[in-house]
Amino acid sequence: MRIDQRNKKTFDIYNIMENIKKLILNTVPTAVIEEKQKLTVTVTFDKLHLLAKTLKENAALPFDFLVKLIGVDRGEELGVNYLLCSSTDLSKELVLKTGTTDRENPLLYSITDLFETAQYNEREVFALLGIRFINNPDMRKFFLNADWVGYPLRKDYDANPELNPLSLESVDMIDIAPRITENEKGELVEDTVNIFGEDDYIINIGPQHPSTHGVMHFRTALDGEIVKKIDVHSGYIHRGIEKLSESLTYPQILHFTDRLDYLSANINRHGLCMAVEKAAEIEVPERAQYIRTIMDELNRIDSHLLAWACQTNDLGATTAFIYGMREREIILDIFEKTCGGRLIINQNVVGGVMFDIYNEFQKDVKSFIIYMRDKLKEYDRFFSHNVIALGRMVTIGVLSKEDAINYAVTGPAGRGSGWSCDIRKHIPYALYDKVDFKEIIRTEGDSYARYLNRLDEIEESLHIIEQLIDNVPEGDICAKVKPIIRLPEGEYYSRVEACRGEFGVFIESRGDKFPYRLKFRSPSMALVSAMPLICQNEKVSDFIGIGGSMDYVIPDIDR
Amino acid sequence: MELKNVNIKGIPTAEFNDNEYLENYIKELEANGVNVVLSKIDELINWGRSNSVWPLIYATSCCGIEFMATAAAHHDIARFGMEVTRNSPRQADLMIVAGTMVHKMAPLIKRVYDQMAEPKYVVAMGACAISGGPFINSYHVVPGVDQIIPVDVYIPGCPPRPESLFYGLMQLQRKIKVEQFLGNKQR
Amino acid sequence: MILNYSQPLEVTNLTSWLDSTLRGSLSEFWVLLIEFVIVGALLLAAYAVIALILIYAERKITAFFQARFGPNRVGKWGLLQSVADMIKILLKEIVKINRSDRFLFFAAPFFMIVASMLTFGAIPFGKALHAIDFNIGVLYVTAVSSLGIIGVLLAGWSSNNKYSMIGAMRSGAQFVSYELSAGFALMTIVVLAGTMQFSTMIEGQRYCWNIFNGHISSMIAFVIYLISGHAETNRGPFDLPEAESELTAGYHTEYSGLQFGFYYLAEYLNMFIIASIATTVFLGGYLPIQVKGWVDFNGIMDYIPSYVWFFGKTAVLIFLSLWVRWSFPRLRIDQLLNLEWKYLLPINLVNIVLMVILVLTGLTLTDLLPGIF
Ligand code: SF4
Repeated sequence: MRIDQRNKKTFDIYNIMENIKKLILNTVPTAVIEEKQKLTVTVTFDKLHLLAKTLKENAALPFDFLVKLIGVDRGEELGVNYLLCSSTDLSKELVLKTGTTDRENPLLYSITDLFETAQYNEREVFALLGIRFINNPDMRKFFLNADWVGYPLRKDYDANPELNPLSLESVDMIDIAPRITENEKGELVEDTVNIFGEDDYIINIGPQHPSTHGVMHFRTALDGEIVKKIDVHSGYIHRGIEKLSESLTYPQILHFTDRLDYLSANINRHGLCMAVEKAAEIEVPERAQYIRTIMDELNRIDSHLLAWACQTNDLGATTAFIYGMREREIILDIFEKTCGGRLIINQNVVGGVMFDIYNEFQKDVKSFIIYMRDKLKEYDRFFSHNVIALGRMVTIGVLSKEDAINYAVTGPAGRGSGWSCDIRKHIPYALYDKVDFKEIIRTEGDSYARYLNRLDEIEESLHIIEQLIDNVPEGDICAKVKPIIRLPEGEYYSRVEACRGEFGVFIESRGDKFPYRLKFRSPSMALVSAMPLICQNEKVSDFIGIGGSMDYVIPDIDR
Repeated sequence: MELKNVNIKGIPTAEFNDNEYLENYIKELEANGVNVVLSKIDELINWGRSNSVWPLIYATSCCGIEFMATAAAHHDIARFGMEVTRNSPRQADLMIVAGTMVHKMAPLIKRVYDQMAEPKYVVAMGACAISGGPFINSYHVVPGVDQIIPVDVYIPGCPPRPESLFYGLMQLQRKIKVEQFLGNKQR
Repeated sequence: MILNYSQPLEVTNLTSWLDSTLRGSLSEFWVLLIEFVIVGALLLAAYAVIALILIYAERKITAFFQARFGPNRVGKWGLLQSVADMIKILLKEIVKINRSDRFLFFAAPFFMIVASMLTFGAIPFGKALHAIDFNIGVLYVTAVSSLGIIGVLLAGWSSNNKYSMIGAMRSGAQFVSYELSAGFALMTIVVLAGTMQFSTMIEGQRYCWNIFNGHISSMIAFVIYLISGHAETNRGPFDLPEAESELTAGYHTEYSGLQFGFYYLAEYLNMFIIASIATTVFLGGYLPIQVKGWVDFNGIMDYIPSYVWFFGKTAVLIFLSLWVRWSFPRLRIDQLLNLEWKYLLPINLVNIVLMVILVLTGLTLTDLLPGIF
């Protein structure tokens, strides 16, 4: 019976995907369709916008969620890969590829009008690869300073420090953005736009500011206390991880994943391990899967606790902040006993985990579950129903479901807007198909929904751990893996549910022991890109509060 | 001045790892014509200064979280009287640089450092702030914040544990205690 | 009658002894001058000491709320922590800022500290520990304490810093609004007590504190006074002008060294002043708990010196304000103004009328039960 159903389902998927292929060929007859790890469609750059639009607007299975936008230097051509998927079923994925051979003045068409999330991604591609996007309203470099020489992710980048010396001169912010647009006649026009009006009262929130959760820089135009417009500047912690990875072996790269979003360090690492394991066809032992899942969930609780703490702190309740950190220490203690690390735990390795759990692990975790449930009630009493807190969260910073999808806001924030986007449910990995848990969805989309979502997800994570903790099977903790892993030629994607949303890894391998191109999808970037939208016409204090409820981690954005 | 006079409560001098460094530091100061602590008043001033180090947190990445953990309930930096984290550089005495420093940030950290009022100290927390850490080969990372501003104490680790941060801060207190305020020829 | 009990711990004798000795050998002018100087010096010293104690107390109490230890390494239990802080602040560089309005920038902290000093001087700390006893004491205190806002506004204006500016503007809006409520709450009690002089007001509360005497109305006034007083001191949840997480340090962002120290001290002192005025006006000031007719009990209570009573009551109120500060998230500016203009002020106006009715119709406790109160 079940098998029948499953067959039917595969058949349906098959059917739908066949239809999609037909649709693609109808729209762009020259498109090249390949079945790789994902369905891959290569088109010329002038057809891309059309194809993306058709795919987004088709009724049967709209591909309206732009997961990743990856710029690649393919050697002779500079190109971009778009990973699209459907917002209703995240497992329906499709890769669009395009490129241009003009290395001097590479131009592609922007898809910002279709997917808002593309805007920052395209600016990032411009900064790192030098591809400019026609019709993107704002073509400033995203991470790097405007006067940076060279495009780091190009293979022929000259890393000579003399080209880009360390400068200690403060530079004034320039609020004029260049752009390239195409007018009706099909001519390309280069011009500039002013980001702010003539006499806007602009304050700089960040990069060094107590509550931007790192070093984000929001240039904010104020009208009294009300936020009129926000301009996001990023890159104050751009560490060039993707470029560095291109000269490191896979096990070495693992260490960078921890340091992207250090609060979901273990989960990020899991993501990269999965990508490599899938590509190298390594079977992960059952025991390792259990340990990974438990550790991931502990990590999630840890991160949500910190997020809760920071959000309350942003609203001005310092005591609540300290309480959140206090509970977090217990998890850190468990981590430390398992593998010696506190924040960054180096637990996952390709093929399994590095350290086995210790003898008392089960006991510690179980007592933590009991303790944490108790504390969740305390949080509820202490903060969740406080009048002032409610006034500062309910109906503040509303993000609608459409916008959430458009800006690719996933994680607790996306689910707070009513979008079911939990990778653990849609594309189960590790043991998530074996355990029973609820995907917490709220439809209000305001700060309070995001706030409650986190607390509820802590409860769900406890529930998941509870189901696994007594059943950890005996066996190996790590598969036999060669010290130097060579991935066969190809493109590999993996997606995991990190604490702030979907974390994704893209590896393009050319059969070497180093990746040819490695790209991380950062959930926080989407969160930040939605900030200007949802903070508009809110008060400055709420801008800080909303930032707390979105809970982004900046090094994850800047990479 | 003798090293044994530099007293940090609860920890004997012998337990600090780099006493030679401090001895050399004292020698160096003396050689340059700076008298190290002479008077009782100086001792009082240094006692005040070293026990009231208000930090400004310049946290850019992961290490910042460990600082937060240090400030919270479990480790409690307040024991040293350092919980008064000032967000305005003008009121802070100590800048804790926690995290990677990149080119785009360099002018800003310089500026914040310049905004601080004397006497000011800098602690480089974590491998990144010391040398660029795991990212030392990157095109956009500054190999150590000492390229930009002078650093008093380096705290290794990636990230350093709260205990190491405490140890580093106590080292800083010792360093403050050998300074001289009154009658300093170089002032 | 009650005063017949000996009160060896009071300083009344000391002051009168001093006065008579001086008068014995000097002319009136010199006597007064010397006394003024002594009183002034004592007040200044008390000002600093109280602020230091408060800073220490706050840090310890906060630590207690937050499951931490608090300062415990400088001196026994960290008792000398705030002394160390003070030494450091005194010697810290004072940064001079380009393109700021120099004169106003330097004047601002003085406004702040002078305002709180002036208020501080008029507070009755105990029997014979009352520097000036105006016959319009309440009015004076209300008027003088509002001067502090000038310091805040000037600081924000002259710093040439946008955060400071926003902080100062917030502070202005906040202070003006809450000053109204605080004033009205005090007026309610003035109606009840029939005097504006602190000493008379305190004497009138010998058997029945004002907060009980005017029952419903007094209680409402008390609560309103605490809320608006708390708001006036710019402390959480009303700390919008310096909201750490929004405006870095608000109006005093650009101040360093001693100038910042002034703001820092004034913040704590204002907290103390609000609590002590509440004590004086509502809780019987420095008077001990006394019950009509229980002569022995009254005697024992009276034996405890008046300043202990005063500081004890004040400490309770300060603890209350710390408790509030560390449990609530910060209000937003519109919530803050709504609270004042839509709730506190209307309630206050009605309350004053209610109090007048209570007093005129003889419904206060002293009128109703003269035997007990
Ligand atoms: S030293 Fe390590 S933990 Fe600290 S900021 Fe650098 S990478 Fe992160």
